[in-house]
Amino acid sequence: MKLYVPLDSAAVALGADALVAAIMAEAARRGVTVQVIRNGSRGMVWLEPLVEVVTDAGRVGFGPMTVADVPGLFGDLSSHPKALGLVEELPWMKGQTRLTFARVGVIDPLSLDDYRAHGGLVGLDRAKAMTKAEIVAEVTESGLRGRGGAGFPTGIKWKTVSEAAGDQKYIVCNADEGDSATFADRMLMEGDPFTLIEGMAIAGLACGATKGYVYIRSEYPVAIRVMEAAVRVARDAKVLGPQFDMEIRVGAGAYVCGEETSLLNSLEGKRGVVRAKPPLPALQGFMGRPTVVNNVISLASVPVILAKGAAHYKDFGLGRSRGTIPLQIAGNVRFGGLYECAFGLTLGQIVNEIAGGTASGRPVKAVQVGGPLGAWFPVSLFDTPFGYEEFAGKDGLIGHAGLTIADDTTDMLQMARFAMEFCAIESCGKCTPCRIGSTRGVETIDRLARGDASAIPILTDLCNTMKLGSLCALGGFTPYPVMSALTHFPDDFARSKEAAE
Amino acid sequence: MLDSDALSDRISEILEAHRGLEGPLLPILHAVQEAFGHVPQAAIPQIAAALTLSKAEVHGVVSFYHDFREAPAGRHVLKLCRAEACQAVGADAVAGRIKAALGIDWHETTPDGRVTLEPVFCLGLCACGPAAMIDGRLVGRCDEAVLAEVAK
Repeated sequence: MKLYVPLDSAAVALGADALVAAIMAEAARRGVTVQVIRNGSRGMVWLEPLVEVVTDAGRVGFGPMTVADVPGLFGDLSSHPKALGLVEELPWMKGQTRLTFARVGVIDPLSLDDYRAHGGLVGLDRAKAMTKAEIVAEVTESGLRGRGGAGFPTGIKWKTVSEAAGDQKYIVCNADEGDSATFADRMLMEGDPFTLIEGMAIAGLACGATKGYVYIRSEYPVAIRVMEAAVRVARDAKVLGPQFDMEIRVGAGAYVCGEETSLLNSLEGKRGVVRAKPPLPALQGFMGRPTVVNNVISLASVPVILAKGAAHYKDFGLGRSRGTIPLQIAGNVRFGGLYECAFGLTLGQIVNEIAGGTASGRPVKAVQVGGPLGAWFPVSLFDTPFGYEEFAGKDGLIGHAGLTIADDTTDMLQMARFAMEFCAIESCGKCTPCRIGSTRGVETIDRLARGDASAIPILTDLCNTMKLGSLCALGGFTPYPVMSALTHFPDDFARSKEAAE
Repeated sequence: MLDSDALSDRISEILEAHRGLEGPLLPILHAVQEAFGHVPQAAIPQIAAALTLSKAEVHGVVSFYHDFREAPAGRHVLKLCRAEACQAVGADAVAGRIKAALGIDWHETTPDGRVTLEPVFCLGLCACGPAAMIDGRLVGRCDEAVLAEVAK
């Protein structure tokens, strides 16, 4: 009997490890031989822990599983109360276009044989037969843009590093996924680490870099463990070696280190303070040398682009947002998880059709798109198509494609206050608008909460200063959640003095 | 408690194990904290000397990052996520009840040294919040029942 039980953090947080122990104990009691493979998550978090049993017809899912449901796995599967049918046939799975996440949840994350059997290393093998310029051209042609949030064309960044002079260049993967509602980087590293390793190796070939670093946040212990193990496997199999090798580095709980220049400082062993640009990291990055800094999903999308060709990837999407995007649907949501699809679905389709609305059953009030620095979208903007320019056109951003759904009990003044408070806690302190503006922002919103409406123009002015005057996106984008809350939900900011007192 | 020679020897081992790394300070500090449960003040001059940094520079790095503690934590460390996705499913209320039950606020340790309570901004469990981490173990859809795990 062969079963899959995810090692993914979300599955583990909901009891997957206890399930494995229960499965092994039950099997021993019955004298049945079982093989349990710890896979990544399929992304259906409301069904986690999702156990899959291999049958002649395919992999049959059971979830959300509890220890009490385990004995039933050894009986008639079709009558099991948690039976879901074939996992591949579930609507959530069938609706997706899984390019970057094609193998996540499917394979054994640490089996290189499994990885190869599912199309792994085809992209790297193709890249080895190409020139640096050809690889860069292929990635540029695919239209891939930085999935970390900034949306800068990946191929252009690579071209700068590739053509830069330097004996030693670096590929740095930004796995400091600190935005609330985002977990795609984590799921990919836990569920298919070789895809990231392959993407970085291809980047190394394209740019003439022989050394890579993955900077993973310390809040992701499972991802760190899986990536470290995967690097060892890849090294033993000579996928990594003198031509390109890499190290896993662990952050230390500073949100701002997700910003590429503070990440580089942190990697160098310094305070994670933002650097002014120029110089660009592409020219003077890690240790002052030419460095590609790319997000996990950007790098992990490269193998499929090389394997299937730029045109295949570019065919998906809308406008200047090409390819697929792994949506991370979170917060107060009925069906939360990871859903990879082409750009272009409207926000309303995502929230109402795919996510099924709120978990509480109450009406959706607002959706924050793009993490703590993203704008809150009201239901009246649900016709906005999911794309970089489309969201920018509505004074928002898609960021790393995380969506926090909030129901009508949410107080948007409190959410705006939290955005300022978070900025104050996490500011690196280098620039004044962020360091001081965030604290003044909390105070100003507290004035509003006390019914002092004269603070509204001050808050607006402060947000403008932070937006235009901050060195990086932390101070520069904190105004997005604040101003969107104020603009779209003015009633929440119109407190009467009597009520406040 | 380690005496100062034992501390110094252990730090020497850690420094030796990290020789040759590019930008070794964060890995060293993580290893020191793993060994001692915090980054002892006495370690800073030794680390600084080994890396040809000033003591102020090493102290600056230790104090910049939320993870590094300058004093030992309680027997258990309970981290509760305060970020937006967890707030959307009632994390603030859960945190309020846990604080009241423990009688402490964020960043504090119960007087008996049993639990240190810390905020965390995202554990990547945003579709199954409120999220928590108890002594490194992840918990989804958490409520005050997690207190049972830090009861001893």
